[in-house]
Amino acid sequence: MTDVLEPSHVEHADHVHDEHHGPSGLVKWLTTTDHKIIGLSYTVTAVVLFVVGGLFAEIIRFQLASPNGTLVTLAQYNELFTMHGSVMIYLFAGPFAFGALANIIVPIQIGAPDMAFPRLNALSYWLYLGGSITMLSGFFTAGGAANFGWVGYAPLSNSLNSPGAGADLWIGGLLLTGFSAIFTGVNLCATVFYLRAPGMTMFRMPIFTWNLLVTAILILLAFPVLTAGLIMLYADRHFGTHIFSNSGGGVPVLWQHIFWFWGHPEVYILALPFFGMVTEVIAVFSKKPVFGYKGMIFATLTIAALSLGVWAHHMFTTGVVLLPFFSIMSLLIAVPTGIKMFNWIGTMWRGQIWYSTAMLMALGFLFTFLIGGLTGIYLASPPLDFFTHDTYFVVAHFHSVVMALVLGAMAGLFYWGPKFTGYLLNERLGKAQFWFLFIGTQVFTFPLYLLGLYGMSRRMAVYPNHPEWQHLNDISTAGAVMIGISTILFVVNIAYSWKKYPAGDNPWDAQTLEWFTTSPPPHHNFYRLPQIRSERPTWDYNHPEHRALHHGEHEAAPAEVNA
Amino acid sequence: MHNPALSPQGAKDRRRGLRRGRRALALPVAALALSGCTLPGFGASPGDTTSSKSVFHLWQWFSVGAVIIGLLVVVLMLWSIVMHRRKGDAIPVQTQYHLPLEVIYTVVPILIVFGLFAATLVVENKEVANPKTSVIVDVNAFQWGWEFLYPGHNALVYGQTTQNPEMVIPSNENVHINLTSTDVIHGFYVHDFNFSRYALPGVTNQFTLRATNNGVFSGQCTQLCGLYHSLMYFRVKVVSPADYQAWLDSFNNKQDAIKAQAAAASLQQELATGVASKPAYTKFGR
Repeated sequence: MTDVLEPSHVEHADHVHDEHHGPSGLVKWLTTTDHKIIGLSYTVTAVVLFVVGGLFAEIIRFQLASPNGTLVTLAQYNELFTMHGSVMIYLFAGPFAFGALANIIVPIQIGAPDMAFPRLNALSYWLYLGGSITMLSGFFTAGGAANFGWVGYAPLSNSLNSPGAGADLWIGGLLLTGFSAIFTGVNLCATVFYLRAPGMTMFRMPIFTWNLLVTAILILLAFPVLTAGLIMLYADRHFGTHIFSNSGGGVPVLWQHIFWFWGHPEVYILALPFFGMVTEVIAVFSKKPVFGYKGMIFATLTIAALSLGVWAHHMFTTGVVLLPFFSIMSLLIAVPTGIKMFNWIGTMWRGQIWYSTAMLMALGFLFTFLIGGLTGIYLASPPLDFFTHDTYFVVAHFHSVVMALVLGAMAGLFYWGPKFTGYLLNERLGKAQFWFLFIGTQVFTFPLYLLGLYGMSRRMAVYPNHPEWQHLNDISTAGAVMIGISTILFVVNIAYSWKKYPAGDNPWDAQTLEWFTTSPPPHHNFYRLPQIRSERPTWDYNHPEHRALHHGEHEAAPAEVNA
Repeated sequence: MHNPALSPQGAKDRRRGLRRGRRALALPVAALALSGCTLPGFGASPGDTTSSKSVFHLWQWFSVGAVIIGLLVVVLMLWSIVMHRRKGDAIPVQTQYHLPLEVIYTVVPILIVFGLFAATLVVENKEVANPKTSVIVDVNAFQWGWEFLYPGHNALVYGQTTQNPEMVIPSNENVHINLTSTDVIHGFYVHDFNFSRYALPGVTNQFTLRATNNGVFSGQCTQLCGLYHSLMYFRVKVVSPADYQAWLDSFNNKQDAIKAQAAAASLQQELATGVASKPAYTKFGR
């Protein structure tokens, strides 16, 4: 086999150390435009913020462990759940999805030397870090952090009802991270459209890259709307406009339209990258190609298209939206999501499934996402939404979904971590982490579904009228503690495995291009590339006799493949 | 091709088994369809209004669907997890496409979705209908309490946070509610009615309740509205039409009405000036 394209001036591994004469240490981190280092900064920042948001969650759960909890005051409670939601959605899930792993993996998966606009990429990271610090600094102001919920509904978020700098810092932080997301969206689109290696056609891109491309397009469609809305909100607070207050002829519900026009695509901006991660993990650890590869891509595109027409399903109970339209659009999203589910199972079907930590996390994702997906179907039906809106049923539904995404994130970290650090994590600790995280998630969410159906409303610091809800709340708190332990195990694992288990180029017998280069990859990612004739160039190179089969096709003899 | 399950004979057997399984499943499903009430509640309850019962049935049918689909997916997942675990270093057959299968799991969910949508429409149209009625209540939500006005009568109920103001309505009569808010967005939610609706400033939301049972039902604000959101309770007291009329008449004693209105006005003034930011519940305040 001579399937390797060698450039005329062949670089060799022994040039690794003198190929790039840049600064080192802190100066390198501050000035770098290397997508891998920026991606690593994103990863570390996002995981730290995940721990911060998680600590808020633990305080919330302990406050709710008794009907008249006195751990925090009512005012502090409002700040805590606002910042829990804001940190997890704006500062962890999104940036982790399209900033961290996307930044590191997408250019390598398509054989590019870096992102299309490396300096813009660096700007994205610094805006993200700056925005995160801005938002969290609200805690150090006299009035405390923002306290109107992560959705910031007008008119509660106006200057009369929420005076104080915390709310402004929330708006400012969100504007900065919003621009960071937009720039990353631009960068990802340009990278995917212009920097693919020779032979890497669109339908040979791995599913992860495809999902990130669709995510980037959604970012470009949705985030500018949020930015505009935030500027309007700020103008209402400080410049005397009345866009969202009816006293001056404005419309409070307009904020909800703007917010959710961003907010529902945002759900898929968060979810699609993680869908991509588990797709890759499941295929690699089943030793099979992604089942229904093209169907998977069309399902992703369909989800993206539908997600732009469902925003008002968050507003069924406002009484001012057209119910049937938003209901059927929302219900229809179940179809492409179901296709993905069956494709994942089809990928595992008759495979040789290797239960590494990454694969266990991916399976945990499948199960948890199944629950979150099925309970989401109820909420697409307006009468059932009237019944459960703003109760813990909704809280449980989206926590099933986002905890599935956390499981997906862990699958991604265990799978790709060795690629960009060069070292594997300890599998035994990883599996312990998985069981705590997986079981903890179910123990945490299941009582919340019941509490919602029994009538427990969201965002309540106390429930003095319903002491009978305490037991279910206590079980949920126990689940939250298990999730906390799983996070500690992850940190312990990183410390314990520090530079202990060298990974090698391709520890998982993986399929896509990033596993063809070294771990960690050199400065511009590749010294050589294999021929790219499918979405699995590394697999084709390592197993030329085992190419993917279409329907009705049988495994060909090796001689036919060479012909 | 060493696996007997892969042989055509095995496949035929499996298909026959599937068909038998489907027939076995069809009977109980049909039996259930004939008697919606015998289905389990899946955590919900029928509630105490006419539409809460339709919502409950819709909930049951969605749940039946969710359980069947969920179980199917879990069984397929568990099957592959157990049966297709790694047994050696052999590379499995690299199947990537199976078009008929992919078409099936695209078309069948679309049909299910339209079924769910049809059921949704039926219940929704019933629930959002506003038939003409003489019983009208104007509900006014504010930070942090509720005001219930009975237009055409002198009746007015007003209360803050844990004072639990009581909205009195007659049973088995359509009650038309005009819901609005004086400040921020609140949520009018009565758990036993399986229903909630936002109280929006500047908008009057109208809906109709028809309570089927007498009793006192607890309600509360479900949309975050500031500091005392957790304590913004109210009650709905459903009484017989005769008792309802008697209750209304008791307000026609002018003295009571004046007293009530004066109390309301002073409360509102206190709220506006911030003097009364010391409601019944001070323990949790800042």
